[in-house]
Amino acid sequence: MGLNEKPLSTLHEKASYDLADFDVPTGREEAWRFTPLSRLKGLHNGKAEATGQLVVQAWTPSGVSAEWVGREDPRIGRAYVPADRVSAQAYNAFEKALVITVPKEATPEDHIKVELRGGGADGASYGHIVVVVEPLAQAVVVIEHQGSAVYADNIEFVVGDGASLKVVSLQDWEDDAVHVSHHHAQLAKDATFRSFVVTLGGDLVRLSPSVSYTGPGGDADLAGVYFVDAGQHLEHRLLVDHSQPHCKSNVDYRGALQGEDAHAVWIGDVIIRVEAEGTDTYELNRNLILTDGARADSVPNLEILTGEVAGAGHASTSGRLDDEHIFYLQARGIPFDEARRLVIRGFLGQLIERIEIDEIRERVMGAVEAELAR
Amino acid sequence: MSTLEIRDLQVAVEDKAILRGVNLTVRSGETHAIMGPNGSGKSTLAYAIAGHPKYTITGGQVLLDGVDLLELSVDERARAGLFLAMQYPVEVPGVSVSNFLRSAVTAVRGEAPKLREFAKDLKNGMDALSIDAAFAQRNLNEGFSGGEKKRHEILQLELLKPKIAVLDETDSGLDVDALRVVSEGINRFRASGDTGVLLITHYTRILRYVKPDFVHVFAGGRIVEEGGPELADKLESEGYEQYTKATA
Ligand SMILES: Nc1ncnc2c1ncn2[C@@H]1O[C@H](COP(=O)(O)OP(=O)(O)O)[C@@H](O)[C@H]1O
Ligand SMILES: [Mg+2]
Repeated sequence: MGLNEKPLSTLHEKASYDLADFDVPTGREEAWRFTPLSRLKGLHNGKAEATGQLVVQAWTPSGVSAEWVGREDPRIGRAYVPADRVSAQAYNAFEKALVITVPKEATPEDHIKVELRGGGADGASYGHIVVVVEPLAQAVVVIEHQGSAVYADNIEFVVGDGASLKVVSLQDWEDDAVHVSHHHAQLAKDATFRSFVVTLGGDLVRLSPSVSYTGPGGDADLAGVYFVDAGQHLEHRLLVDHSQPHCKSNVDYRGALQGEDAHAVWIGDVIIRVEAEGTDTYELNRNLILTDGARADSVPNLEILTGEVAGAGHASTSGRLDDEHIFYLQARGIPFDEARRLVIRGFLGQLIERIEIDEIRERVMGAVEAELAR
Repeated sequence: MSTLEIRDLQVAVEDKAILRGVNLTVRSGETHAIMGPNGSGKSTLAYAIAGHPKYTITGGQVLLDGVDLLELSVDERARAGLFLAMQYPVEVPGVSVSNFLRSAVTAVRGEAPKLREFAKDLKNGMDALSIDAAFAQRNLNEGFSGGEKKRHEILQLELLKPKIAVLDETDSGLDVDALRVVSEGINRFRASGDTGVLLITHYTRILRYVKPDFVHVFAGGRIVEEGGPELADKLESEGYEQYTKATA
């Protein structure tokens, strides 16, 4: 049960489309205790009016559709029910949702791109995106967040039988942005889901990726890289809810922190329910703390309710740069700053290497390089 | 022509005195063997010269061609021409061998090597040490066997071409074949120019392949006896017992 007094399964019980079902958080709740509410600019208490300027654009390869639909569209909210106050706020406040559909058995050559560009952090914006990958289809979605905004949204990934979806979500916001987001993936029988989250910018980013399964054989891999600078609060809250037999999940999040009041939060919740026999799951979070004044909170929680798991484990480490690594490189003539960059790049690069699209991998590596050069 | 001069070097680890006044001069063209029992301070000498942060210099000097190495940072010492082959090379996750070697060569030479030339040097170096080409893409020392780590240290020695090389138990843990390959590498390095070698070893075995000009016996944090190659033969037959008793 980790640090929680209640089991995970009860902690994540609450879900509702109705905003009134969620009290305004005070910061004492388990789900909000790490988040500096005063910096949410009212996203959590109804005071953030939807007067923000955020432009969403989508590019789809042929055969893939992207539609803007009204709130009543039946495809909205089918896979995901808001799980906290800000999520419910976003669900009730968005005007139009973007629905992207990859038809049955389609294998588009190119990736789908969604760009969200904020025009300022004065007013708030709310959004909703649904990505449906129909049975046996395969798709890659790249979501890029740029500019400045106060933004809350929910994204639903509906992955059909035997389908495969890879998502890269890049949070490359300006320094004053506030972003609270839920990414929920629902995996049907034998579906594959790969998520790669990169969070670099923003004053406060709180991203909650979650996975549920509706049939056996689903396979989810959730990777993340973050680089936290002075004053930033970057929070990732993962939930994998195994309720079907013979599914897999793997979580690997890594971050580097530097500067006064750089704060990273990682919560990794995995529930293996009674029905979920043969589950294979592992979750890992590693933090590299580069300077004094930076703090990483890392909380893995694993609740196993069945006696029949194939594998279940978790690990969390937070530490300094290893003196021995730096010494070895310096002893070969490499100056300290470069040695340090090599080690950090290596630490994050091992994950970044797994991004399969060259262009995106290089973009992410370039963004990390830019952070290292700061 | 280079000279490494160690004068009355005293070193402590965590407030515990380990080296108690070491005097030794290594000139290019010379190979000095330092032999001694475990715990006598051989690695402490090597690390202290290289500048490992755990070792505190409490007295003495280390000069390379008159430059006080102890005033320099670790990387400055390496760029000044010092090389340390480590007894236990460190695994660095996520940093590839080729990337590491290119960074090191660039730093030591002061300019980036031409890519094609570097690739050729690397391939030749790896072939000579029977290192599989796939190693270049692997993470530095990660998952390397003991022998692979040591060969990789010698590969660096040959690529970086230092003025003075300190080799800390490069022979330990090697089987006979690997020992021969590694020794050949050291001998190529010795033959390649004006270089001096300080060969630290626990066993006399490597001295059959790498012939020393001088042998120093190390015990209790200082040199307790010195001589020519014949001293190694004496150690071979008599062991370190007489020295450890004397310093206990
Ligand atoms: N990094 C270290 N931390 C603590 N003690 C050390 C360290 N390095 C060496 N020592 C101590 O110094 C002494 C000499 O060790 P070392 O130089 O490794 O000897 P050798 O290489 O001859 O076996 C030993 O008593 C050892 O315990
Ligand atoms: Mg030693």
